[in-house]
Amino acid sequence: MFNIEISQIKIIAAKEFRDRIRNRWVIAVAIIFTAFALAIAYFGSAQQGEVGLRNIEVTIASLVSLVIYLIPLIALILGYDAIVGERERGSLDLLLSMPITRLELLLGKYLGLSAALASATLAGFGLVGLLLAYQINIDALYHYAGFMVSAILLGMVFLSLAVMVSVISKDRARASGAAISVWFLFVLVYDLILLGVLVLSGGTFGDALFPLLLLLNPADIFRILNIFNTEDLKVFYGLATVFPVSLSSPWLLGSMMLAWIIMPLTIALWRFK
Amino acid sequence: MKNNVIEVKNVFKYYGEVLAVDGITLTVQKGETLGLIGHNGAGKSTLFKMMLGLIPPTSGEIYINGTPVHGSAFRELRRSIGYLPENVVFYDNLTGLETLQFFAALKGCERDTCLPLLEKVGLAHAAYRRVDGYSKGMRQRLGFAQALLGKPRLLFLDEPTTGLDPEAIREFYSILHDLNAQGVTVVITSHILSEIQERVQRLAVLKSGKLHASGTVQELRESVNLPLIINIKHRCASDLLRQALQGVVLEALIIGDHTATLHCHRSYKMEVVRRLGALGDALEDVVVKEPTLEDVFLGYAG
Repeated sequence: MFNIEISQIKIIAAKEFRDRIRNRWVIAVAIIFTAFALAIAYFGSAQQGEVGLRNIEVTIASLVSLVIYLIPLIALILGYDAIVGERERGSLDLLLSMPITRLELLLGKYLGLSAALASATLAGFGLVGLLLAYQINIDALYHYAGFMVSAILLGMVFLSLAVMVSVISKDRARASGAAISVWFLFVLVYDLILLGVLVLSGGTFGDALFPLLLLLNPADIFRILNIFNTEDLKVFYGLATVFPVSLSSPWLLGSMMLAWIIMPLTIALWRFK
Repeated sequence: MKNNVIEVKNVFKYYGEVLAVDGITLTVQKGETLGLIGHNGAGKSTLFKMMLGLIPPTSGEIYINGTPVHGSAFRELRRSIGYLPENVVFYDNLTGLETLQFFAALKGCERDTCLPLLEKVGLAHAAYRRVDGYSKGMRQRLGFAQALLGKPRLLFLDEPTTGLDPEAIREFYSILHDLNAQGVTVVITSHILSEIQERVQRLAVLKSGKLHASGTVQELRESVNLPLIINIKHRCASDLLRQALQGVVLEALIIGDHTATLHCHRSYKMEVVRRLGALGDALEDVVVKEPTLEDVFLGYAG
């Protein structure tokens, strides 16, 4: 089981990636990202009564708010079909009759799709980053790079969830339903519930517990990663009042993201027998 | 036995409460062509998938070349196994050649063997066309080419000729015949029984998950004991014909104007022929029909 042949993973990953390049998925998503990023960078500070490429931190904050909805959705749409699609078409048996293990197939699919999503993210936001590079200092660029890396990680988390959904679901219709539910849960419902509990308990609801609960949602981790590390925004968002500094280390948050990538894939492999 | 390529030992498979395969024991020898027949739901596909190591049996053991069909030793063995699934589906966005190259890469065989294989199955002209433009028959040919990647020593073919025209079916069996001559072992299923009965050395009949019978076509015919059908053309009165056959046990005798049809047990065949011979010139023609494989099959399945 655990003797892994990297070459088999590469073959599957390369096919998935090439498919997404060929059907112009990567370029389409990159264009969407570029368009949104440009619009936000230009109009993002309109509420302060000005337009133009100004404040990078506000731009990042606006991008974060957008990306937190968009990337999970795109990742789930990209990945929900990965295994269940092969099964429904009837090509899964043929694939598995090849000298390849299920782990290799799963990792190949996941890494290929991740590469597609990462390329689109890098191309889309990177282009805008290059435009911004003329106007901003090195420190802000560093934050922008951090934003891109964390956006890729966020996408990989939801791709991992999508692949898990794809393995567990009986057919494509159910898989797409489950994928949308995952999106609703992590992007909308989770925070609402936390907020509701916080309000109902009159703010007394565990000072220690609340930040930990935030860490259980990859979307929130992404938000914290990007907001907490820029001084202005931390105050602007009021995040510092509910989230302790001790938990805000990018390494800790990054590790949480990695855990969120590994866990669904592990469940997927376990259910893929 | 050294020569057993496939050994299936007392294999059971439950899907929840449903018993799909009910204690099958079966061996396939090197260079043999085994035809697996049975109704839909008889357990053919399940048995096929278990032999390929795609699904584990609930109990029992399956060996290919003495290796259990799981684990890393079997992964190596897979390189020498070709599989054509029923209703094979490929990736629409790839060309025929790219499809083959993808599977060749997974199987670890040379890329430049792909084009000759497409030629072999008569698809060279469509090598650079996308699979979504392929007809059913072309997809089936591509599937066959895929199964032949890496010069397999063992072939599993699930309904390989569906969608092929008669010409293509002949080509298909001629390729299979050549492979057989080279010692390749083949397990094949087909619904078109008349088509495989002349082309397999041994048949295994599955019914409700059980191995109902196995043997050569002739052995099956004899064991199922279906009557022979003898059609004759004659010029004599029906009474005379009845008289001539007096005393022979017939299962049916239908006499027409100048024809007659007799159903008789195999053991009375020569007796009937002798009696008919006594009619001399009044007898114009005799055709003895063996029961077809369909008859045999229905005899088992019915």
